[in-house]
Amino acid sequence: MTDATTAGASTNTVVHGPKRPGVAALEARNLTKHFAISSVGFGGRQVVHAVEDISLALPEGTVTAVVGESGSGKSTLARLLTGLIQPTAGQILLDGRPLGTSARARRAYTSEVHLVLQDPFSSLNQAHSVRYHIERPLKLHTNLRGAAIEAKIIELLERVSLTPGRDFIDKYPHELSGGQRQRIAIARGLAVNPRVLLADEPVSMLDVSIRLGVLNLFDDLRATERLATMYVTHDIASARYLADTIVVMYAGQVVESGPATQITDAPKHPYTQLLLSAAPDPHRTEPPVLRGRGSPPSLVSPPSGCRFHPRCPFAMDVCSQETPPPLPVGKDQVAACWLHSSEHAGDPPAAQTGLRDPADPPGPNGAVPPATGS
Amino acid sequence: MTASFNAESYNSGSYNSGSSASGAFTPGEPVLEVSDLCVDYGLGGNAVRAVTNVSLTLRRGEVLGLAGESGSGKSTLAYAITRLLRAPGVITGGRVLFHSRPDGRGLEQTVDLLDADANELARIRWSELSMVFQSAMHALNPVARIENQLTDVLKRHRRDMTPADRHDRAVELLRMVGITADRLRAYPHELSGGMRQRVMIAMALALEPQVVIMDEPTTALDVVTQREIIEELMQLRHRLGFAVVFITHDLSLLLELADSIAIMYAGRLVEYASASDLFHAPRHPYSLGLLGSFPALHGERVRMHGIPGSPPSLRNLPSGCTFHVRCSFAMERCKTQEPPLAQPARSAHQRLASCWLQDGFTATPEPLALPDPEPAAYRGSPNNRASTELIGDAP
Repeated sequence: MTDATTAGASTNTVVHGPKRPGVAALEARNLTKHFAISSVGFGGRQVVHAVEDISLALPEGTVTAVVGESGSGKSTLARLLTGLIQPTAGQILLDGRPLGTSARARRAYTSEVHLVLQDPFSSLNQAHSVRYHIERPLKLHTNLRGAAIEAKIIELLERVSLTPGRDFIDKYPHELSGGQRQRIAIARGLAVNPRVLLADEPVSMLDVSIRLGVLNLFDDLRATERLATMYVTHDIASARYLADTIVVMYAGQVVESGPATQITDAPKHPYTQLLLSAAPDPHRTEPPVLRGRGSPPSLVSPPSGCRFHPRCPFAMDVCSQETPPPLPVGKDQVAACWLHSSEHAGDPPAAQTGLRDPADPPGPNGAVPPATGS
Repeated sequence: MTASFNAESYNSGSYNSGSSASGAFTPGEPVLEVSDLCVDYGLGGNAVRAVTNVSLTLRRGEVLGLAGESGSGKSTLAYAITRLLRAPGVITGGRVLFHSRPDGRGLEQTVDLLDADANELARIRWSELSMVFQSAMHALNPVARIENQLTDVLKRHRRDMTPADRHDRAVELLRMVGITADRLRAYPHELSGGMRQRVMIAMALALEPQVVIMDEPTTALDVVTQREIIEELMQLRHRLGFAVVFITHDLSLLLELADSIAIMYAGRLVEYASASDLFHAPRHPYSLGLLGSFPALHGERVRMHGIPGSPPSLRNLPSGCTFHVRCSFAMERCKTQEPPLAQPARSAHQRLASCWLQDGFTATPEPLALPDPEPAAYRGSPNNRASTELIGDAP
């Protein structure tokens, strides 16, 4: 264990997430997950490179948004952090202590780190009442019994704005709206006083008009419970609304991270720029110009070098050969892109990518193409 | 645009756009007129009214956006218009007039789709009025190759085409939506979600319909793919001149692409206006609430509140205005009397809203009384949108 800790510390990697003094509530070091797939007829064993060497710190009282397209590995990252699946490599630290492997340690961990799932219609058991759902974690993880449990349930319901709690305690999931169900799922998570809340697309299944209510609840919990929240989403506008820090993932890797408004106002990685140019924005006064097209690569055999290079309008020769390291591009902002390296900033775009030279007007948000490098 | 599309070969019609390079494009005559459409689920005492007295007019070449939350009746409306509604759905009233493309003698035919018999429906469906369904994954036949599914509709509606013609047309259709011809032999599971949705759109356009109804065509897709497909769709619309009914819950997307927008709540139209009017000067509190439910990509981060409460159950609708329980401006009158869908008293532009605050006698709260905007250069002008240049072609 000591070896692993020192090894993790010695590799000089950038830790993504909000920068706060002290020890983060939850920290992942060089987390990697490869899923083995059976490949009939190909002989060798193949793996899906779902999450590749990600270091992430979630300090208490912050929200970190993880943004990416489907298949970018953002949900896998959330599941790794819950301990539900084992990483291929890397380490998870809760309050600076590595995650133990004993049953007792794992149980302690589950009471500190809670997951809120995407679909509140299937994450609650239709056959059980609200009381049952919130009672379970209390019985498993606390010494409360009897009337104390009931009082605690009502308090939890009111903490997620289901007031008065007494009216909701004996309802069944089918009697509740999507937003109310998602609040039950969050209340269940809060039952055991966790340090960390991992929310995997918690509002994407909800009706538009009630999404903000749930996002605002996460915002309140950040202040009142000092929770370290990880908000996994594909909607970069909601990430900007809620999060302190945005971490952009592409094909299993972090391509850019930094303070939320900085990422959306001055994106430095071409993929972040692409995501922003594609996002619906009624305030736009000109038609959006998509920066790069196509779809994410196969994670069984990801592209060499930078995994974004086949789609990147600014790709250079180095991009297909070497993986770019995270490079500082602003205060607390890093982008894994060769365009920001002093050695390669002046390289001409690679001709063979088949993408037209982006001699186009500046992209959305007035962002200057990173190729201008300083 | 790389695809060459010979619109003339299958259509000698004189409809008002075509692939001519004129570029001039203005929404024209009404092509689809829905009036007082009502749809129930179930019969008798158990019936639930899913669509109540909806009236809409779609003009040639127009993009009409239909926005609403789940259960607002927007998909039901689409299925009722196309007469694809299945039991227990029952159309209980209204008219859906479809003005077909002028025939060989230059006569325009008007058909009430709700009265049309099977023969008439067979003539109109797909060749004049087609639909892109919500989930391409489920709408495509998983055991048939793309080519067979694309040529099926040609076999049925274009009897004079030879198999070779059909194959050529299938290649052309795929090229039109940015898919290479080698995917013709593929099965749906071999295509990505975005490609499947493109195949659905190609299929809907196979007979060059005048109207395409799209039910959440991009909801399951990633933003980048969504943007690509919408760009392609708008270019095709510009070239081929079809009108689109675009159904989605994503109002922020509709504001960018639609000419006019109808907002549905609990089966009723609550507001119907041009996209720019709706965005800059909403007249119904629900529209205002929806606009305030999408966090902005720029500017100061401010706390937003969405809409309190949740959408009502159709089985148990509030009295009066169905929105009054969630409305922060609700008055006594809203609890008992249902407001008519009418021209807001203080609006110069032609638009409709169903709210007592707009009757001219009530003091309208400031956010609902903003002046109608000047027509914007980009929004509401399909010319500019359609001429969007793309960076890089699809691989």
